[in-house]
Amino acid sequence: MHLIKAFEEGMDGVYVAGCLEGECHFLVGNLQAKKRVQYVREVLKSIGINPERLRMYNLSAAMGGRFAEIAREMTEHIRQLGPNPVKTGRGREV
Amino acid sequence: MVVAEQKPLEEILEMIKPYDRLILAGCKGCVAVCAAGGEKEVRFLASAIRTARKVEGKEVEIKEVTLERQCDPEYVEQLRTFIGDYQAVLSIACGVGVQFLAEHYPQIPALPGVNTTFVGGAEKQGVWVERCQCCGNCVLHLTGGICPITRCSKSLLNGPCGGSSGGKCEIDPEVPCGWQLIIDRLKELGELERRYLEILPPKDWSSSRDGGPRKVIREDLVK
Repeated sequence: MHLIKAFEEGMDGVYVAGCLEGECHFLVGNLQAKKRVQYVREVLKSIGINPERLRMYNLSAAMGGRFAEIAREMTEHIRQLGPNPVKTGRGREV
Repeated sequence: MVVAEQKPLEEILEMIKPYDRLILAGCKGCVAVCAAGGEKEVRFLASAIRTARKVEGKEVEIKEVTLERQCDPEYVEQLRTFIGDYQAVLSIACGVGVQFLAEHYPQIPALPGVNTTFVGGAEKQGVWVERCQCCGNCVLHLTGGICPITRCSKSLLNGPCGGSSGGKCEIDPEVPCGWQLIIDRLKELGELERRYLEILPPKDWSSSRDGGPRKVIREDLVK
């Protein structure tokens, strides 16, 4: 719900940060999240938004360096994709 | 419960193309339980539709409502005060809900947002299976509590047929043979001799769909 809402409101990209696989406090919570992220990616494709605008990363709370690296990587990736088509209204991008 | 699944988004978007003021109506009954048409699905689908429209540079106004049940007139009536402000209602209840909306509000189109699939239950989270075909004349007491109409691909009353192999049905190696299940269950119950050797007579299908649309009347409850 929060993911689709973010795109509706014009966010150019969203990434979900989950625990490392096999190390989730909620046992399989991150694996379920992965499936839900995949579901929303399919929905984005159906409504004309590039699913690459949504990604999931796995890292632990102790990996601050990696978190910063992912943030930079994602920012660069989204910059290349350009603005969310919701804001331009120029039609489907996929 | 009645099990349904959401139609492909592309199909829904095509269906609602002519309208820019819509009611999206969910149901808190069966379709909420099978995660196809409850409150959460209404919120998600409404957001997806609005996003899809914005991508095309268009707007759509969606009134989000989730009724207690769409198969009871007193709840369907709750749309009356604002129905006139909208051009169509997209229902994500089962086919009954869509038809009740259409009957109550003939002035605007009622559109189906889900495919109503079967009467069944949850085998585990996220997996629903068919268990009843609503034949109108239950024989579960004769078949160990396993429905031959639903679980046998041919709905045989005396089985198994020659397509049963290794306990599986010939239509798909993943599908258990309904009659193998019945035999195994009758054995467990110690009823095999008594039940299985008894040949069931041809079924009267007039209580099923063969008799046309069905109706149940409880005179003691009718007002």
